[in-house]
Amino acid sequence: MVENQFDDELTPTRKPSGFYGGLRLPTDKHDLADQPVLEAPLAEEYLLPLVQHRGLKARPVVAVGDKVLRNQLVAQPDGLISAAIHAPTSGVVSSIERRPVSHISGLPGECIILRSDGEDQAVEPQPIEGDYHLIDPVRVRGRVREAGIVGLGGAVFPTSTKLTARADTFLHTLILNGAECDPEIACDEVLMRIAPDAIIEGARVVMHVLQVNRCVIGIEEDKPQCEQALREAVERADDDRFEVVRVPAIYPEGSENQLIQALSGDEVPIGGLPLDIGYVCLNVATAASINNAVHEGLPLTERLVTVTGTGLQGQANVRTRIGTPVSVLTELVGGYTDDAERLVIGGAMMGFAAQTDAIPVTKATNSILVMAPEQARGAEFVRPCIRCGECARVCPSKLLPQQLYWHTVGGNEAQLERHNLMACIECGCCDYVCPSHIRLAEHFRYAKATVAQRRIEREQARMAKVRFDRRNARLEQQQRERVERIAEKKKTTARARAGDEKRQVIADVMRRVEEKESGGDESA
Amino acid sequence: MSTALLVIGGLAVVFSLVLGIAAQRLKPKGDPVARAIDHLLPQTQCGQCGYPGCRPYAEAIARGDADINQCPPGGESTIDALADLLGREPKPLNPENGTEAPPTVALIDESLCIGCKKCILVCPVDAIVGAPKLMHTVLMADCTGCDLCVPVCPVDCIDMVPAATGIAAWRRKPPKREPQAA
Repeated sequence: MVENQFDDELTPTRKPSGFYGGLRLPTDKHDLADQPVLEAPLAEEYLLPLVQHRGLKARPVVAVGDKVLRNQLVAQPDGLISAAIHAPTSGVVSSIERRPVSHISGLPGECIILRSDGEDQAVEPQPIEGDYHLIDPVRVRGRVREAGIVGLGGAVFPTSTKLTARADTFLHTLILNGAECDPEIACDEVLMRIAPDAIIEGARVVMHVLQVNRCVIGIEEDKPQCEQALREAVERADDDRFEVVRVPAIYPEGSENQLIQALSGDEVPIGGLPLDIGYVCLNVATAASINNAVHEGLPLTERLVTVTGTGLQGQANVRTRIGTPVSVLTELVGGYTDDAERLVIGGAMMGFAAQTDAIPVTKATNSILVMAPEQARGAEFVRPCIRCGECARVCPSKLLPQQLYWHTVGGNEAQLERHNLMACIECGCCDYVCPSHIRLAEHFRYAKATVAQRRIEREQARMAKVRFDRRNARLEQQQRERVERIAEKKKTTARARAGDEKRQVIADVMRRVEEKESGGDESA
Repeated sequence: MSTALLVIGGLAVVFSLVLGIAAQRLKPKGDPVARAIDHLLPQTQCGQCGYPGCRPYAEAIARGDADINQCPPGGESTIDALADLLGREPKPLNPENGTEAPPTVALIDESLCIGCKKCILVCPVDAIVGAPKLMHTVLMADCTGCDLCVPVCPVDCIDMVPAATGIAAWRRKPPKREPQAA
């Protein structure tokens, strides 16, 4: 059996609080959080992908050649699940074209390309005046939507949509996610230390929008300074609706389902949302940007990014404008080492390898990781599954990864659904512990995407069939009506003709009678 | 003896009546095999199989008139599914019916459209909207990419374009077979 990854007291059955499974991963990211935050320099060119969020791509509202100012809207959301994009600096829109973007496919995506004029002039910020508590929550939410805010923990779901309460659910608690569990990423940790007041104030705005009266902030036990900073901020805000809770530092605690379970013991149902059990969960950085949108009148145009890895000369947390090319940030920390091998966007556990550093930082980019060969995993030989069950022990969704693996390889969709494939959060814990080095999470990502695609296709086929059948029914109906109409017409013309014949007969008789009478007269 | 015969005979008559009526009343509409086949077809309604729509093709397969490899939009995966359902061997797509291609949708060049309504009349899924002498347009989400509107257009203003391009058309590939240790 593989070496046990758990502290004994933390084996799933004996954990006092927390969630099932997960891993304690070694990390030295806290040293990184102690360092000062660097400011990224102004780049010459900013690439603003039209898809930086979950949902439909944003629609550009600027044309090539337009001059824009910082914080000016350049693309507006297209539909409910979409997000606005704003100019990160002042300059000229040099083109709207396909460029390499941070997507796992490595394919280019549509971008607005902004050439900086170096002046960095901003539009006048328009904060919400007066006490927002007296303003309609819908208007406050509208401001969140206008500011283009999405979930900054990595899922990049449009926040204003998340803040839309549904009539069929009862919301009782807002959860702030300060459990940044990836072993390399420290941007939220830094934010909690330097801007705790913005986070708390953002949370208060959200509580007003959702009309909830309880906010629980979950912070992992390995970030005592963050906990301290937020406790002080809560005291300063003098708001007794807040509760700061320390949770054990276990990956993947930053996943909202797992954090909710760790904080409350409540489990989000399979295929459901935290909303279904009365929770809304927001990342701390999202809360801070909501504060900026409402109180400062600033849209989301910058974020903190952790730039780290053994393939870089230095490492730092960097405050950067969204759209900045990744190469600018790697340059800022001293450039690559000679043996830099792999560029990963996102953490080592859930990130993906990028093919070029010309891609821009997006709203989703929380970390840029450059690996030297010794850090880059994945070259190990894969051995057959030995059914040790380690993967099932660490799976935070309580799935059976080895079963799912068989069915993925066999393409057995019915069995995959039966084993709740869609509840996999792709955290990669199973990969990490697998003694045979099977890349389980990669299989599950593929299987999830395939199953989701099949569902869409089946739904489209169903709709097409419904429309086809309705059309046929309509055409038949029309044909029937036409036949009936013709038959009806035939009948009436026949009747009319019949009527004519009768009149003819009568006329004939009358004529004969007249002839007879006149003839009679003659004869008489 | 005669009583027994009468009882048995009477029961036989009663049950045969009940069964006869039930068979008439509860008869499933259409051929259940054809329905199962139809369920696996992509519902493009393109007619490339030689039948006017997916349902007629399904009925033809069920009757034994058509083979399972005549559906280009469904392609290999549909043939496999049909072979699985009917217990036959999968076979390659019949090239006479066409070739498997990435999904497309119709796009009307609205500046050229004269509003003749011909495409609206042939669209099998009512995915084109418009009125006589007014511009027509395709409801992209409902278009199955059947191609039927292209030949009828008198001004040739309909093109078939890929349903998705770039990242939207990208699909995850199955994970590579890993290097196995000896």
